Amino acid sequence: MSKTLLIIQREFLSRVKKKSFLIATIVVPLIFPALIGGITYMMVKEEKDAKAKVVHVLDEEGSFNVENSDKYEFIKVSGDLESAKTAFRESDDYGLLYVPKFDIENPEGFTLYAKSNPNFSVIGSLEKEVEQVIKDKKLREYNIDQQVLDKLKTNISLRSVNISEKQEKESDAGISFGIGYVTGFLIYIFMFAYGGQVMQGVMEEKSNKIVEVIVSTVKPFQLMLGKILGVASVGFFQVIIWVVLIGVLSSMVLGFFGLEVPQGSVEQAGDPEKADEMLRLLANIPFTKIVLTFIFYFIGGYLLYGALFAAVGSAVDSPSEAQQFMFPIMIPLIAGIIGMGSIINNPDGNLSFWLSIIPFTSPIAMMGRIGFGVPVWQLALSMALLVLGFIFTTWIAGRIYRVGILMHGVKVNYKTLAKWFMMKN
Amino acid sequence: MEALIAKNITKRYANHTALDDVSLSIPSQSIFGLLGPNGAGKTTMIRIINQIIDADEGEVLVNGTRLNAEHISIIGYLPEERGLYKKMKVGEQLVYLGQLRNMSRKDAVEKSKAWTKKLDIYEWWDKKVEDLSKGMAQKIQFIATVLNEPQLIILDEPFSGFDPVNANLIKDEILELREKGSTIIFSTHRMESVEELCDHIALINKSKLILDGSKKQIKQSYRSNTYLVEHAGQLNGSLPDKFTTLENQTLDENFYQTTIKTAEGISPNELLTNLIGITEVHSFVEKIPSISEIFISKVGGTK
Repeated sequence: MSKTLLIIQREFLSRVKKKSFLIATIVVPLIFPALIGGITYMMVKEEKDAKAKVVHVLDEEGSFNVENSDKYEFIKVSGDLESAKTAFRESDDYGLLYVPKFDIENPEGFTLYAKSNPNFSVIGSLEKEVEQVIKDKKLREYNIDQQVLDKLKTNISLRSVNISEKQEKESDAGISFGIGYVTGFLIYIFMFAYGGQVMQGVMEEKSNKIVEVIVSTVKPFQLMLGKILGVASVGFFQVIIWVVLIGVLSSMVLGFFGLEVPQGSVEQAGDPEKADEMLRLLANIPFTKIVLTFIFYFIGGYLLYGALFAAVGSAVDSPSEAQQFMFPIMIPLIAGIIGMGSIINNPDGNLSFWLSIIPFTSPIAMMGRIGFGVPVWQLALSMALLVLGFIFTTWIAGRIYRVGILMHGVKVNYKTLAKWFMMKN
Repeated sequence: MEALIAKNITKRYANHTALDDVSLSIPSQSIFGLLGPNGAGKTTMIRIINQIIDADEGEVLVNGTRLNAEHISIIGYLPEERGLYKKMKVGEQLVYLGQLRNMSRKDAVEKSKAWTKKLDIYEWWDKKVEDLSKGMAQKIQFIATVLNEPQLIILDEPFSGFDPVNANLIKDEILELREKGSTIIFSTHRMESVEELCDHIALINKSKLILDGSKKQIKQSYRSNTYLVEHAGQLNGSLPDKFTTLENQTLDENFYQTTIKTAEGISPNELLTNLIGITEVHSFVEKIPSISEIFISKVGGTK
């Protein structure tokens, strides 16, 4: 068996056998469904428990008739504003809506008194209620037939079709958006989590002093590569377990709550046209392509950064020393995740293009674009550059690593790293 | 037959030369002491032999062939800075390190078990290294070094960290390995171990080889024709001129110790004959310099 394989095997087994691996592998998939379940439960419960807010209405106009709704119960009060305010203060009710005498062409002076700062949605919905009343008044004033008005109502839903590919495809910006964000963010997280593990592993070997025995039997490069690939295989293994567990558990949890979700969603599901459209859109998302791209950028990005993390780990004696070198590694990753906002709003823009071409940001940025469809040449260029990128970083890292792992108690800065890089073997 | 020959090894770094034209010739089945003060270049030499780094100039021959990857399986190396994977179990770790020395898994398992039994540590086979005491971990490191029955064993400060009992145990193992045909390169600062174990010695100082040869031969060449005599009755300067009295100490009543240096080419017998005529000789020893004294005189002298 090749020795690199032997090293990969050890790295894999020693990590997978750890209790912390077992715990993380089981707990993380439990957290997701628990979160989804918990949030769904809270939302359902809140909606159920929500009582209509009681709002006093002081109507000086005399003919201001707001209708009660699910959200609001309106109580007419009389008297002047001051006494209404006093009465309201003494009650447990939510608010006091003051309706002055108003000019129908220029309605002004409506005021909501409340005991707390009312939020936007409350203000918005009350404004709508008031507007509706005024609108109805206007209709009567202008003698417009309600039927005519109903006919004027038009509802358009814009169907968007992507014709850049061979076939015309319906696309849905929302789904592409979600996929881009989630996959890009996953890559970002994995880069740090597993890259960090590589660095820690290298530092452990160095501070353990076992490394000198190991490099007397294998080339330092083999050891570094074995570690990077070993951690990668752990990551892959873990992600596969997560995907399976999260999938199974989430569907179980959702299935369980599906039975309890009240009217709202039943109605939605009962709308065959809408469900059908949703399915059609999902079917049009190129999942195979996205999954393959994700795997490629996940591995490519990991190899690129894994090598850099290994180099940092080899150069330093302690985690605190590693900080100064972590920063420049983090910058492009953070740039990628910050760029995500603009990529998703404008997937074909200049910034999106460059971020998804440069190997240091492309693993994150390309995932943001992929759901929207990327020209083949751009994808090919980006992938080729990523491959070149990780060969390049692995080469640089290997040269620093071979010297660094045998150096103890040396004050390391960028000049030292450059010196090590140039050093003959 | 030479187990290892190093020819004109030179290794330069940006700011200094670590080894400057060093040649070594290490006879088969010998214990070869590689000595020198800190920073002299010993570790560089050892790393070159282990193929961790390459020499800039010169070449190393092992059993007559130029050093190559094949030699990894016949070399065992115990570095001065040594350690083990703390979270790994003792048995697994030994097998892994054996496999890295090109042993088959089966072979590595068998040999690891045999060695752990021999050094009385087999009951720790399934324990993690972090649970071991320092001395036990040292034993495991030693086993890992000799697991592949290496023809060439390189030991850098092998006794540091051992209590006297275990140090003796390891010393006996080293001697046994030599009997079985291994050649041992032994780097240490403990001169008494060198005195006790080494057949050959090389002294490196400031990147240069300054002394090389068999221990006996080196000691011979550092003879100073000085003798230590314990005797009853004064000498009182009655020795002939060719003998110089360097030091005279009273040990007891009418009992003395005298250091006498003879002129070149005079045998110990001649001195003894002269002494017998004057005093009652209780002991007569030639004062041969210790390796430690040679080390200090050579290294100290170049400062």
